[in-house]
Amino acid sequence: MSTVAENARQALPVEPDAGNRRLNTAKAIQEAIGSQMERDESVFVIGEDVGAYGGIFSSTTGLLERFGPKRVLDTPISESAFIGLGIGAAVEGMRPIVELMFVDFFGVCMDQIYNHMAKIHFESGGNVRVPMVLMTATGGGYSDGSQHSQSLWGTFAHLPGMKVVVPSNPYDAKGLMTAAIQSDDPVVYMFHKGVMGLAWMKKNPRSIAAVPAGDYVVPIGKAKVAREGTDVSIVTLSLSVHHSLDVAEKLAGEGISVEVLDLRSLVPLDRDAIVATAAKTGRVVVVDEDYQSFGLSGEIAATIAEHDPGLLKSFSRVCVPDVPIPYARELEYAVLPTPVRIEAAVRKAVGA
Amino acid sequence: MTLGTTERAAELNARDRRALLRQMILIRTFEEAILREYHADKKPGFDIGAGKIPGEMHLSAGQEPVAAGVCAHLGPGDAVTATHRPHHLAIAHGMKLRPLAAEIFGRETGLGRGRGGHMHLFDPETHFSCSGIIAEGLPPALGQAFAFRHAGADNIAVAVTGEGAANAGAFHESLNLAALWKLPVVVVVEDNDWGISVARQSSTAVPSNAVRGAAYGIPGVRVEGNDVEAVHAAAGEAVARARAGGGPSLIEVHTLRLWGHFEGDAQGYRPDLADVPGRDPIPVYEKKLLAAGVLTESDLAALRTEASELVEDAVAFAIASPAPSPDEALKYVFADQTEGARS
Ligand SMILES: Cc1ncc(C[n+]2csc(CCOP(=O)(O)OP(=O)(O)O)c2C)c(N)n1
Repeated sequence: MSTVAENARQALPVEPDAGNRRLNTAKAIQEAIGSQMERDESVFVIGEDVGAYGGIFSSTTGLLERFGPKRVLDTPISESAFIGLGIGAAVEGMRPIVELMFVDFFGVCMDQIYNHMAKIHFESGGNVRVPMVLMTATGGGYSDGSQHSQSLWGTFAHLPGMKVVVPSNPYDAKGLMTAAIQSDDPVVYMFHKGVMGLAWMKKNPRSIAAVPAGDYVVPIGKAKVAREGTDVSIVTLSLSVHHSLDVAEKLAGEGISVEVLDLRSLVPLDRDAIVATAAKTGRVVVVDEDYQSFGLSGEIAATIAEHDPGLLKSFSRVCVPDVPIPYARELEYAVLPTPVRIEAAVRKAVGA
Repeated sequence: MTLGTTERAAELNARDRRALLRQMILIRTFEEAILREYHADKKPGFDIGAGKIPGEMHLSAGQEPVAAGVCAHLGPGDAVTATHRPHHLAIAHGMKLRPLAAEIFGRETGLGRGRGGHMHLFDPETHFSCSGIIAEGLPPALGQAFAFRHAGADNIAVAVTGEGAANAGAFHESLNLAALWKLPVVVVVEDNDWGISVARQSSTAVPSNAVRGAAYGIPGVRVEGNDVEAVHAAAGEAVARARAGGGPSLIEVHTLRLWGHFEGDAQGYRPDLADVPGRDPIPVYEKKLLAAGVLTESDLAALRTEASELVEDAVAFAIASPAPSPDEALKYVFADQTEGARS
């Protein structure tokens, strides 16, 4: 066991200009992984259907052809075993990227994740690092039912020891994946199926956007103001950023100025950015596709209140109201944070 | 032990054999109707969330011999737990087609009032359930068996799962516990050669999952040939053993996934695709029964007509049924929100 894993971090541009080469989010992820595999022999990819199939949500398309079966391996349906294998390889200095096909499946392998992947660095007094990426698909909106549609990022963020990133667009997806692979900490990389730009799923136009061809990082732990505004702030992440921007555009026509903050990372959480937008508009709407109670949305309220309880004139949440995600479309769309619900919350916040 | 194609088949009389065929035809007719309705309104292109039946759809065509052969030994008092690919087992275990179809269409008249969907079918009348999480249907089957024994009944629980699931922890934990407590359980592995795109030999360290019974001191058999009568024979022994208090058994059936893992799967990874239709177990069995004089062409036509009437009735019922009301989206999380529960 190497006491301190090799620090493979490379000086890379931080959030460079996007340029005008357009990719969907899935391709941006593939590109980040491919490029890091190119420059670092210790990076490898394992998971179910990551090889010939290219990942059920196309996160690994083309990697098997490029890097061969020693570095891109399909696993049995044995999540505890192969996530644990990733941990062990990381401890020995490799940089595994392990795909958990749907985040909903964490139930069968959480011990390896939260009691091992996330705690080894601490338990070893900082002497053993676990530089791995646990990549997983999240989210609903296409009637996949209660076991294949959850977001669950709040659950991972709640448990100490793993960084959690949740990109909403191709640019951030590439930069955050590069940062995640280079991180000396375990990073849970959660992509929403609806932001991947897949041909077989309804998509927001923002899931295809400009991405630089070269390597770069989006720093883990830094939120981004996706749209400036003055009347009300939407604090959000993942696919909900797209919906929030759509709503902001629509309401701009009526003279309502909406700021949209894309958190991009949950751990570490960019609390300064949250406080800054709250201070700017005084009205916060949190839009979160995760379950409402005991999670991110409450954490955001606490962050603002702890900073200055007098900062807010209004605070509300558009989340999944503590019900499993239903199958029937009529029900699913009643509980997801849809543009309709977001718009209603924003109007209420500004009293319009 | 590996059973060949037709050991003990002699015990089956003409009526039993026709019943097995009838069951397989009914299942296939149902799956073909779901296939038709599923794809009918997902165009242009293919949008998984669009149409009358949205979401992932895992159909069971080719695996009818497992369902028919196993469930022939069960009554509605016996439990069956299934997987993300559950329709064949639900039908063979006697689930009513109307509430089954309505659930698949996400309607208020469905088994789960449209809340569950095709991977989450719960039927108290037939003690049927399924889960979309691999191998996670096994542990509850143990509990159902435990409850039956506790009640002094001779009912049993059958847990059916894919060969991919035989590499999951829950599979092994369940076999050990079932064996340790001698529970009236039969575990059936449907080996259709593929776990999505991963070939069986790339996922499984042993050539037959039947040998894994030995690890837990329980009988394990593998049935080759996707032959309903061979499945019937193997299941008959295992079910009888479980009912008699002899404890659990493991059966692996080498079957066939005729279609994609889910609808929309282009199956580019699959070299065996070209000759798959030639291995369809239903025409094979039809020919066999015709040749044996157990069935006439007109019997066969009648079976098909009957199946199609039952299935189209269920589909029409589903389509005519109301969608759940968005106003009730928060109901059924807890028992005190539920009037008129069906169990
Ligand atoms: C714990 C878990 N891991 C992964 C999946 C994703 N998944 C769904 S079906 C499937 C393949 C299952 O193969 P098998 O058990 O052989 O059943 P088959 O689909 O062939 O009927 C996988 C990996 C899941 N549903 N649950």
